[in-house]
Amino acid sequence: MQETTANRVAANATSSFTEHLQRERPDLMPFGQVPFNQLAGTGHAAHQAAPLQAPHGTTILAMTYAGGVLMAGDRRATMGNVIASRHIEKVFPADQYSVLGIAGTAGIALDITRLFQVELEHYEKIEGTLLSLDGKANRLGAMVRGNLPMAMQGLAVVPLFAGFDRPAGIGRLFSYDVTGGRYEEQEHHAVGSGSMFARGALKKLWRPGLSEEDTVAVAVEALYDAADDDSATGGPDPVRQLWPVVYIVNRSGAFRVPDRDLAAVAGRVIESRAVAQREA
Amino acid sequence: MTQQFYVSPEQLMKDRADFARKGIARGRSVVVISCRDGIALVAENPSPSLHKIGEIYDKIAFAAVGKYNEFESLRQAGVRYADVRGYSYDREDVTARGLASVYAQSLGAVFTAEQKPFEVELAVAEVGPTQEADHLYRLTFDGSIADEHGFIVMGGQADKVSEAVAAGWQGELDFAGAIRLALAGLVADKETTTLPVSALEVAVLDRGSESGRGTRRAFRRLEDPDIVALLAEEK
Repeated sequence: MQETTANRVAANATSSFTEHLQRERPDLMPFGQVPFNQLAGTGHAAHQAAPLQAPHGTTILAMTYAGGVLMAGDRRATMGNVIASRHIEKVFPADQYSVLGIAGTAGIALDITRLFQVELEHYEKIEGTLLSLDGKANRLGAMVRGNLPMAMQGLAVVPLFAGFDRPAGIGRLFSYDVTGGRYEEQEHHAVGSGSMFARGALKKLWRPGLSEEDTVAVAVEALYDAADDDSATGGPDPVRQLWPVVYIVNRSGAFRVPDRDLAAVAGRVIESRAVAQREA
Repeated sequence: MTQQFYVSPEQLMKDRADFARKGIARGRSVVVISCRDGIALVAENPSPSLHKIGEIYDKIAFAAVGKYNEFESLRQAGVRYADVRGYSYDREDVTARGLASVYAQSLGAVFTAEQKPFEVELAVAEVGPTQEADHLYRLTFDGSIADEHGFIVMGGQADKVSEAVAAGWQGELDFAGAIRLALAGLVADKETTTLPVSALEVAVLDRGSESGRGTRRAFRRLEDPDIVALLAEEK
């Protein structure tokens, strides 16, 4: 009797908010719900023929620099050929020492972000200590894997995760595939529809040991190049005063680069391109 | 077959209450003080890792005395309750009142239905934008709930400690003043006049966490050097 009680207590002890939610309130999970072609009981041909139209987030990039790591995202969400949002934010602080950016189906991605933020804070409160950076990256991978059934329906979410590894004293970044595979990236990486162009730009602009200021300039310029060639990525918008969302994570924590600074950096990028008078 | 003796319900409840009170009085005291800068939570606790004070949510903290395993399970349940509520509604919909009422119901249910009552006393504190908006709830082992004003003292020789804190309490205290007052209270039932910093557990709910530290999480645990520095400040 004693044995079974002890076992039960141990089995119920979890520091994971996601596990708790799965057990107690599965209806609140952003993923793991019944895929909609099974909702009616039969997979209707009409359902499968028309892909669901939902806003998609586009380009996110991240790179390391001398003091840590930076992540930046453009401000556009698209739905087919329509711009669904001009000012969506797709880069978020996950906790004090990490940030995540999301590309893919915006609705699910925003909920996964929220769940991930609560997951990290919950662990910290229950255990009294922060999760290790690898631990955080693995938890995020498990969430992306949980969304696999929805990804098969075309509602994929692909995050980019970056944080400051305090014991090692360096910034690190991780990319994911739709199956939850987690890959540590070196130097820089980008995800989303404009990522090819952003990555190309980063290859030329990024150098080891960049200063914090230069890293912000490189990020804004790489996003500018992505927006130049990818219609789903939004460039800096001086008319509406909309600039990319840029977060920096270093030893003292994660903070958002103020719009004032980004306006100045974006202004310089646009000016230098105008002066160069290049067509392509 | 053994015959059960008849015990009147009054006697049964009294025995349970006496049992719980004894367990709570054996431990050391915890003081929660609302002041100008926020809410200070001070416990006499020699362990640096087995906490009596904990963070529940953005503006809400928890303090407890009594049996560790019992209040720790209540603390974890409180964190789960708050996180689920904040996730399903919104962060600002998590209130100390809601949490305290859940605690009151659980403690009440355990007191009447279980083999033995929980030997714990809890405080749930919520820091508001102004001192008038602060909430302090005291929860006792039988599920009673009280809305306290200014400060809460629980556990150990609570009467003596409470007297000392009441004598010095005023709304205008800053954190250093509130922690000093709590220390003066904690030594009221002892021979000595000071406690070593290593025997203290101190945390604060910072009223200005958004403007001062840029975070909505008001709870901050003070490490030993922080406490020394704070107490060394000019009075």
